[in-house]
Amino acid sequence: MHPYLPHTKEDITKMLEVIGVDHIDNLFDDIPKNIRLNKELKLDKSKSELEVTKLMKQLANNNVTINEKVSFIGGGAYNHYVPALIKHLASRQEFLTAYTPYQPEMSQGTLQAIFEYQSMICELTGMDVSNASLYDGGTALAEAVFMANHANKKKDVLVSATVNPQYKDIIKTYARFKGLNYIEIKESDGCTDMENLKDLFSADSSSVIIQTPNYYGIVEKGSEVRTIMNSFKNKAMFIVSADPTSLAVLEAPVNYGADVVAGEGQGLGSPVSFGGPYLGYIAATKKNMRRMPGRIVGETVDKDGKRAYVLTLQAREQHIRREKAMSNITSNQGLVALMATIYLATMGKKGIKEVAIQSMYKAHYLADKLCNIKGITLLNSKPFFNEFVIKTKVNAKMLYEVLIEKGFFSGVVLDDHQLLVCATEVHTKEQLDSFVKEVEGIL
Amino acid sequence: MRDYNKLIKECSVKGRVGYKLPPLDVDIFDYKEYFGEDVLRKEEVDLPEVSEFQVVRHYTNLSLKNFGVESDTYPLGSCTMKYNPKINEDMAALEGFTEIHPLQEPETVQGALKLMYELAKMLEEITGMDEITLQPAAGSQGELTGLMITKAYLESKGLSHKTKIIIPDSAHGTNPATVTMAGFEAVEIKSNQNGTVSLEALEEVLDENVAGLMLTNPNTLGLFEKDIFEIADKIHQLGGVLYYDGANMNANMGIIRPGDMGFDIVHLNLHKTFGTPHGGGGPGSGPVGVKSHLIPFLPNPSIIKKEDVYKIKDTYDQSIGRVKTFYGNFGVLVRAYAYIKTLGRDGLKEASQLAVLNANYMKERLKETYNLPYDIICKHEFVLAGLKNSIEGVNTIDVAKRLIDYGVHPPTIYFPLIVEQALMIEPTETEDKESLDAYIEVLLTIAKEAVDNKELLLNAPVNATVKRLDEVTAARKPVVKW
Repeated sequence: MHPYLPHTKEDITKMLEVIGVDHIDNLFDDIPKNIRLNKELKLDKSKSELEVTKLMKQLANNNVTINEKVSFIGGGAYNHYVPALIKHLASRQEFLTAYTPYQPEMSQGTLQAIFEYQSMICELTGMDVSNASLYDGGTALAEAVFMANHANKKKDVLVSATVNPQYKDIIKTYARFKGLNYIEIKESDGCTDMENLKDLFSADSSSVIIQTPNYYGIVEKGSEVRTIMNSFKNKAMFIVSADPTSLAVLEAPVNYGADVVAGEGQGLGSPVSFGGPYLGYIAATKKNMRRMPGRIVGETVDKDGKRAYVLTLQAREQHIRREKAMSNITSNQGLVALMATIYLATMGKKGIKEVAIQSMYKAHYLADKLCNIKGITLLNSKPFFNEFVIKTKVNAKMLYEVLIEKGFFSGVVLDDHQLLVCATEVHTKEQLDSFVKEVEGIL
Repeated sequence: MRDYNKLIKECSVKGRVGYKLPPLDVDIFDYKEYFGEDVLRKEEVDLPEVSEFQVVRHYTNLSLKNFGVESDTYPLGSCTMKYNPKINEDMAALEGFTEIHPLQEPETVQGALKLMYELAKMLEEITGMDEITLQPAAGSQGELTGLMITKAYLESKGLSHKTKIIIPDSAHGTNPATVTMAGFEAVEIKSNQNGTVSLEALEEVLDENVAGLMLTNPNTLGLFEKDIFEIADKIHQLGGVLYYDGANMNANMGIIRPGDMGFDIVHLNLHKTFGTPHGGGGPGSGPVGVKSHLIPFLPNPSIIKKEDVYKIKDTYDQSIGRVKTFYGNFGVLVRAYAYIKTLGRDGLKEASQLAVLNANYMKERLKETYNLPYDIICKHEFVLAGLKNSIEGVNTIDVAKRLIDYGVHPPTIYFPLIVEQALMIEPTETEDKESLDAYIEVLLTIAKEAVDNKELLLNAPVNATVKRLDEVTAARKPVVKW
């Protein structure tokens, strides 16, 4: 007997009697003998909770956390404050153990939470419609690229060099198999090179993708991209990947002409969690609503006229359209979207802005202090938000490794002399100052 | 329950806050001047202004309008709604797992890498495959990854003319949707009268352009595809790839392995077979396993072990590339690891056996009252074709809605598409006999109600938080935000 398996011998006997077979093995008589695994799996035998806990804790303890060291690593995963209530609410079994709301009458909790999520994503991006979420920031961009191809049937995908390299890799993978052409727009001074975009943009362009703040933390000028795209009436889509936290301060992409906004929502209430699960968000203008991938929740009424929520516009989806569907995505990133919803509600109008502004001020304070050290300069001159690249006279990897010994994960090593450094509201001045002191000591 | 019907926005009161941050302790500067007005937001983000307790009460109230596997029986066919062990939640919440950054130096995350490496090895053993990637975020992304691998492999062999992927008509909609997304063409074949792949229908579509075939085994009817070796031979003879959709792996653990059935590629759904919570739609995890000839095409990077040190490396020289940021849905992987360690080789096999026992037991007790189109031994799930005693105007949807009134979750309905009035029932192994009996009794009562007073079905649900919804207007005049 095992705690997860409720059947007693008597239960099994009674059930087999009803079925009309003698032994549980007879339920597998339809599987030809030569296909069956006639040996035990080479795995451990079952374990008690005490044993498993011990084992798991050993593994967990064999990791150095960002609470043990002070971490300035960003690069697509951000250590923001996560209010305590999030894990308590998101671990309520009614949310945690339910599945996709196929039966709306008994899933109003999930459905309304998604509706609220969609509303708040629209509020941040300025867009008309958001879906119920996608896997992560990278796949959300790839889905956006496919949306553009659905709309305009064109094949050139123009991606700024300043987009997160992992997102670029994912777009490359998706584009290759769909038969689309991945074309990279050059960078200049850490920003999308607009002159190069002008050269590359053509009648064959299907989409133009930028990220802001970009991989180097620099705020891109979306309006300039739009202007270049407008010079050519070719129905190409402008896709923006924006850090949702930054949108409390930075212009809503709709206002500089984005057609689709898609990005990473991990920073909205989820820990960095070694890369997942994260949250892909995607939002678009009304014109593109029926090209959206994945689930969308809509408001409606029940038979008595009471307000309620339901999965809607399903004619886009795989279970109806099969090979003609907009995407193969089946569900969403439900629980992580719920956590983002609760986060945005908790931080609210004032809090999201304070997070964005504190992160920005702290990053700038850190950058200023670091650049006072001889042998360290900012790589780029363009305005950055809460992440920046420093140029180091010494080998960056060496600096990074020595700093781990001193108690700091200093950032992402980009090359021999470049380090991508990020700060958020969780850092204290004391931490920033002692980091600067250690760096100074090494140089 | 109080009839709670507010949006969080409607709880908002100007000036209220639900958070507090430490006061800013660094110098400030004029950021408006620094960035320039043109890139700054003109209108403030209009998010709710609510207190912490308001947030807690609001989402608690929303949760009370939901139904999870801990509420009662949830036999959603094809979704494997089994018990999600509590210990796994505690383990996944350990700080040593949640507070590590994916770009940290590998030496500082050896525990996490070891867990991933060993999980992949365990899944290789369970599926009989040669190598597993943990990158895909869910089953559908696993499928896409698998078909991309197929395409890259065929291209490397100079077989780019192979563009057709064969799919049985009983397949999940995700299969054909994935085929299109990966740049292939879907060719559907009809099932035979036994509900399995028709070898004749298969023969008809076989030609040199066939790239592969996607199959679930047991299939979506819960039936074992006995001709699997013959099917595999036919596909392999043409140089094609046989793809295993792991949605139904819960019938197979320790009993039969896709790798031994001739499959070249497998995806698993950790949120189904390996007991990680469905989360109202996610996060899932969809590891993909391949046979040795396909290893070079797996997505980069992977976790490798060298002299007891774990590393993250771009190992595969003909890789399809990256499909997901970082390394996969790590938090889900932690839960699945704990699950496999807890059940072990003995528990996993017993779980599959009992899942099959539960399904057959329900099938036998219901087949007198509901149509059973395929009256043979099933695996972990079975499909009924509506009420035997057909009553005018009463459909499967009405039976499903009446189940809600009785406080249990309906099965999957109207799927697979090849069965009319389908009720697809997958009880899973964690339901005890009493729960199964209670669910059966409800289904029998509903069948009786359909005869005696069909209005009870047609008006159902009346005990849920809302009655039947106007889905037509919702789609015609979409309101998708407040």
